[in-house]
Amino acid sequence: MSVIVVLILFSIMVAGGFLAAFIWAVKSGQYDDKYTPSVRMLFDDKEQTILNEKTNKTNS
Amino acid sequence: MAIKEVVFQDRELVCYHCGDTCPSDSISKDDKVFCCEGCKVVYEILNEKNLCTYYKLNESPGKTQKTLPLKNKYEYLDDEGLNGKLLDFSDGKISTITFFIPQMHCSSCIWLLENLFKIHPEIMQSRVNFVEKKLSVSFHSTKISLRQVVELLAFIGYEPQISFEDVEKKSKDYVNKKLYYKVGVAGFGFGNIMLLSFPEYLSIDVSSESLRTTFSYVIFLISLPLFFYCGSEYFISAFKGLRKKFVNIDVPLSLGILAFFGKSSYEIFAHGSPGYMDSLAGLIFFLLLGKIFQNKTYDVLNFERNYKSFFPISITVKKSGDEKTIPLSQLKIGERIVVRNGELIPADAILFSGEGNIDYSFVTGESAPVSKVVGEMIYAGGRQMGSSIELEVLKEVSQSYLTQLWNNFQAKDGVEFSFTGIANSLSKYFTFAILFIASTAFLYWIRIDANIAITAFITVLIIACPCALAMSTPFTLGNTLRIFGKNDFYVKNIRVLEDIAKIDTIVWDKTGTITKAGETEIEFVGDALSTEENTLVKSLVRNSNHPLSKKIFAAIEGPSILKVENFIEIVGQGIQGEIAGREIKIGGESFFKLNKTKEDQETIYETIPVPVSSEVYLSINDVVKGKYKIQNKYRDETDSVIKQTQKKYDSYLLSGDNETEKNYLVKLFGNEEKVFFRQSPLGKLNFIKKLQSEKKKVLMLGDGLNDAGALAQSNVGISISEDILNFTPASDAILNAKMFKNLPTFLNFTTISLKIIYASFCISILYNLLGLYFAVQGLLSPLLSAILMPISSISVVVFTTITTTFFAKRKGLL
Repeated sequence: MSVIVVLILFSIMVAGGFLAAFIWAVKSGQYDDKYTPSVRMLFDDKEQTILNEKTNKTNS
Repeated sequence: MAIKEVVFQDRELVCYHCGDTCPSDSISKDDKVFCCEGCKVVYEILNEKNLCTYYKLNESPGKTQKTLPLKNKYEYLDDEGLNGKLLDFSDGKISTITFFIPQMHCSSCIWLLENLFKIHPEIMQSRVNFVEKKLSVSFHSTKISLRQVVELLAFIGYEPQISFEDVEKKSKDYVNKKLYYKVGVAGFGFGNIMLLSFPEYLSIDVSSESLRTTFSYVIFLISLPLFFYCGSEYFISAFKGLRKKFVNIDVPLSLGILAFFGKSSYEIFAHGSPGYMDSLAGLIFFLLLGKIFQNKTYDVLNFERNYKSFFPISITVKKSGDEKTIPLSQLKIGERIVVRNGELIPADAILFSGEGNIDYSFVTGESAPVSKVVGEMIYAGGRQMGSSIELEVLKEVSQSYLTQLWNNFQAKDGVEFSFTGIANSLSKYFTFAILFIASTAFLYWIRIDANIAITAFITVLIIACPCALAMSTPFTLGNTLRIFGKNDFYVKNIRVLEDIAKIDTIVWDKTGTITKAGETEIEFVGDALSTEENTLVKSLVRNSNHPLSKKIFAAIEGPSILKVENFIEIVGQGIQGEIAGREIKIGGESFFKLNKTKEDQETIYETIPVPVSSEVYLSINDVVKGKYKIQNKYRDETDSVIKQTQKKYDSYLLSGDNETEKNYLVKLFGNEEKVFFRQSPLGKLNFIKKLQSEKKKVLMLGDGLNDAGALAQSNVGISISEDILNFTPASDAILNAKMFKNLPTFLNFTTISLKIIYASFCISILYNLLGLYFAVQGLLSPLLSAILMPISSISVVVFTTITTTFFAKRKGLL
């Protein structure tokens, strides 16, 4: 048949992939807490260096 | 610059850890001042473990450590059976548990709690859910016990709340997640079907007929999950409603969906054209979106709390001299329990030994403790303040005076309530009207052309599908719910909003509701005291730890330097002492052998103990000088709020207290018949019932456990709380006490929201009429439906959102 049918089927598969990804995201709890991750990502692992920088700034 | 200096000055005085003002700079370390040793110790630990980022993220993020938890408070956590019930998961080596920690308030808290593993190496991981104020901790249970984990948290100022309710199975409902799945599937279907329908919209001449048929089959395949999975709940709900002989909004919706699907399937297989599937997909998608929008929940708040959520999970029992900790559910009548300072009395009991000094603020909202002597009955729900006491249990936990109030209210939210709502009440007429129009069109056309007759009949059902009607309520009220939430008024769900709009009577509780919880005013009634006499009194009360003494001490200005001799304190009665040769006595009526009125005695023995003795007498050299009246402080806005609501609503006051403040209250409520005193919890409940039997819709405002029954019985129960994370009785809505002044605005705004809903009903019916005009003529094309359907839904959503926001701004709520 026409190439368009192949394209359509392919596009639906892609969309289906996104749907699956969405369902996985809901299932794995990514929608349970929408606030904490936004704070967590701002924490720095090397807290000591930050501390020094800050004190330097206030001194100067 | 000036501002900066002030900040610096402040900083010198406040505790580096908790931000409280420090009495002096005596407790300090590394140039940092602390208000108490507890705060300093926490700082030292964090400093040692290199966790001072805690203090860098926010200023003074800690919680004051002035009141340290008791040493063996968490002894019960060593109990294996209880342990297993609290843990989420355990394989013998590694355990996971989720705590509720209401103290969490800033990013520092998140940071510190997620770095617990740095404080104790045996804690593997800790994860915060800030919105729900929950912390889940995984730890090596062989190396560190649950009790140690809890004690560590308590030590750094994040004492978890563990309650009786936690032991009973945690059931988190996954209804919400299912809705997300459904929206995902519906969105997927909607998008793809729209794409595949494009050739039809644009009337593109599809070169081969077979391609068109293929497209239609693909559309049919995609619409199957939409119809059977996403649409199923409407059929189920409609069916349930019909079985109860009730035509709810889901009945016309299901009719529409069925007509859509049936007609389109026929088109697909008979003519190879996609029919109305795109409209159907859009319809289901929008409806589900509306459902998500109305399901705004406040995860951290609990509207269903009963006594279980604030009772402890275990209790210390004394058996033949040995103290043993047992789970509360195993407590039996006749057993002797030990209640320590700050612990809750879980069952009605008789004081066996010790000095009872019971704080009933949970129950009555009144914070002044009540004194109890050996042999007196103590009701459950009080908190012992002071030294430990021993009690003999009189009733089982579930049979206690207070807890029984709940047992009557199991089934308020039954099935019959789930179908209320404005849209539902209209849907009956709506459904019959559609069926009537459809049949008329059918009968008209059947004589001319049978084909057109069937098309007309079905397309009428399709176009009349009340999608916009069904969406106006969730979007308007969902938006209102959010606006209220921003103003610290947390409503359980949108149905409560509809109920609020219907009320005509308001019943107020007094203590803690129209008065400030925990704040009192002291007034001296009698001969004016000289400065010297004031000094005498202040010097005397300094020696007593009784809360009333402390209040009097704080109320009198001036020094308290005089030396007291022969100081005697008789528990539950009063204090006396000699200063400079003068004998001073302060105490309750019984201390002076004054006769109690009969009514007062009844209050003591028949209802939940409300501290009636909020008056203490003073005598100097056996001459009674007068009395100190300790009064509740009314909220600043009480006057205006009640005056404003009285214009529209019938208002009553139910107070558990005695009549000391009667004059003021009668004036406030305008009529002596509207103010009731000495009301027991059951009395309040019956009063609401009586009003309801007079066909009144009652709104009850209360705060304590003693209002719980009345709150549950009333049409709308609102509980007021100074701190919304603290205990509030089960209710339909929780109002932050700071927002008390906005109450009339909230009530007013709900009525406006309902008017907005009615307006949007009109809009959606206009669209329906327009569609019907074409449908009855058999002229409704799939394209027209595909345009009309989304436009009507979207315009209703836009209209309701804009108008609610506009009115909220005008009312000052946004």
